[in-house]
Amino acid sequence: MSILLIAEHNNSTLKAFTLNTITAASKIDEDINVLVVGNNCQSVAKEVSTIPLVKKVLHCDSKNYENFLAENLTPIIVKLAEAYTHIITSANTFGKNLMPRVSALLDVSQISDIIKVNSNEEFLRPIYAGNAFATIKSNDKKKCITVRPTSFDPAPTSGGSALIEKIEPIDSPNVSKFIKKEETKSERPELGTARIVVSGGRGMQSADNFKLINAIADKLNAAVGASRAAVDAGYIGNDHQVGQTGKVVVPDLYIAIGISGAIQHLAGMKESKVIVAINKDGEAPIFSIADYGLEADLFEALPQFLEELNKLNTIQK
Amino acid sequence: MKILVAVKRVIDYNVQIRVKEDGSGVNTDNVKMSTNPPDDNAIEEAVKLKESGKAKEIIAVTIGGEKAQETLRKALAVGADRAIHVKSDNYIEPLGIAKILKKIVEKEKPDLVFLGKQAIDDDCNQTGQMLAGLLSWPQGTFVSKILHKDNAIEVTRETDEGLETIEINLPAIITCDLRLNEPRFSSLPNIMKAKKKPVEQLNAKDLGVDIANRIQQIKVEEPPKRKGGIKVSSVAELVSKLKNEAKVI
Ligand SMILES: Cc1cc2nc3c(=O)[nH]c(=O)nc-3n(C[C@H](O)[C@H](O)[C@H](O)COP(=O)(O)OP(=O)(O)OC[C@H]3O[C@@H](n4cnc5c(N)ncnc54)[C@H](O)[C@@H]3O)c2cc1C
Ligand SMILES: Nc1ncnc2c1ncn2[C@@H]1O[C@H](COP(=O)(O)O)[C@@H](O)[C@H]1O
Repeated sequence: MSILLIAEHNNSTLKAFTLNTITAASKIDEDINVLVVGNNCQSVAKEVSTIPLVKKVLHCDSKNYENFLAENLTPIIVKLAEAYTHIITSANTFGKNLMPRVSALLDVSQISDIIKVNSNEEFLRPIYAGNAFATIKSNDKKKCITVRPTSFDPAPTSGGSALIEKIEPIDSPNVSKFIKKEETKSERPELGTARIVVSGGRGMQSADNFKLINAIADKLNAAVGASRAAVDAGYIGNDHQVGQTGKVVVPDLYIAIGISGAIQHLAGMKESKVIVAINKDGEAPIFSIADYGLEADLFEALPQFLEELNKLNTIQK
Repeated sequence: MKILVAVKRVIDYNVQIRVKEDGSGVNTDNVKMSTNPPDDNAIEEAVKLKESGKAKEIIAVTIGGEKAQETLRKALAVGADRAIHVKSDNYIEPLGIAKILKKIVEKEKPDLVFLGKQAIDDDCNQTGQMLAGLLSWPQGTFVSKILHKDNAIEVTRETDEGLETIEINLPAIITCDLRLNEPRFSSLPNIMKAKKKPVEQLNAKDLGVDIANRIQQIKVEEPPKRKGGIKVSSVAELVSKLKNEAKVI
């Protein structure tokens, strides 16, 4: 048995969630080989080689792999997959886009978004927006799996010295072309890995009002999240959406402000350790899962919240 | 241009689902069913392309039991020209669905296939990408904007980092996000007209593709319940609790 794990990175550094995925893989088998495929991504290969759980790094560079187009990455992964029993990557937009294409060409029925490993063929995964958990067993010879990273701890990153093997790229079909990326750069922690998340919903009423949330997020060193309704209304970018069709977050503290608590939103945050809800509607469903609920108008509560935080001289970072 | 749209019938997104006590699955008896939400966006986008003169024909396809036809009728009422119902009383995994769709694509030769980005029942998020792989076609996934060019389309994809724009050759597969458009409601006259539009029926097992499921569902259970907490009466109390009781700030 052996695992081919596809690393997610930006050609210069590894994406943090790959570490959580490595932990999940280590519960399946010890023989973990990590594929770092991209363009001029030797620094990533180096970085991965120091992860103690990694046995070998496969490093493959090509101009065609620079933007991680699924059409271009699939042929090399399918070829390498011959030698492995498990092909694994993270269940984020990178893995969701790529893995099913690989899986179909290997004639394997993919297992999406696992949250627990029972054995090398049996896994737990949420269905119906996390309102049910299914235990499933794969009868395929090979298994293609995507891992929900927030359900596993990140693997330790130093002390390892895995061998880096250089892999020759193969032809790409040339049917798709990268044009551009629009990414909002922010000084705040990343939504997926932040210790505290402060999220706003439709109750925020405008993009401008999100500055109330931003101020609190800055004070708490938190990431900013949002409901789909807030994103749809243009208050904030899609990369902030939490929920069934957005990101899953499991912070120590999740503060939901002006969010009603639809099941699709809960799907992305209900595993958070402590949940706070601020909502003026005492009947809002979000209160049924909140550890601390404050029934109040957010436009009064948020300035007070900031003031109270300013009074504290010791905020944990 | 010809467009194929895959629509799935699922438990309505507003329904609080119930897990069966014997662990065999989720209760679907007497539960409101609807079209999988992003599949409505898929149909809407196809209809818009037809209205703008870019598309000539829209074919809706579903794989499912007898009642899956309701989903096709809805698609026809919104503007699809005809429909294909591939009958199967059993759940088929995305890989099997993708193989069936490939057969239909080979027969109908569409220029574009629209699907939803994710079915809200199995939450697999696989079918479109699998179909693209099987056909060796390019794929635009999680798409919130489409721009037409001559022999290609430019799509804006929603990613974890923000937005990405790629250009893909035709024929292509598109999986739609809810933000792609605002699905319209069907009018009563259009619902009546839809009843006369043709629906071809096929049997999944007659298509000559391997649709045997590879994944065995051992059990389905309710997730651990979160117990509700308390209501605080002021912001000061909230901050004090977070600091001294929960110790998270
Ligand atoms: C297939 C599908 C997938 C979806 N995926 C997601 C997803 O990933 N993430 C997601 O979030 N949603 C998702 N949704 C949408 C979801 O169903 C809800 O529509 C959405 O979460 C509602 O967002 P909201 O709570 O911000 O808005 P609303 O439901 O409108 O709630 C606004 C809340 O703000 C409160 N409020 C208003 N003004 C104030 C004030 N001044 N002070 C205090 N409180 C105030 C109101 O009392 C209300 O509770 C999905 C829906 C579908 C169909
Ligand atoms: N039984 C089905 N019939 C028609 N289309 C389907 C079916 N199952 C999945 N699809 C399509 O594939 C998309 C993604 O489904 P999934 O991969 O299961 O998340 C859906 O939004 C539909 O467009």
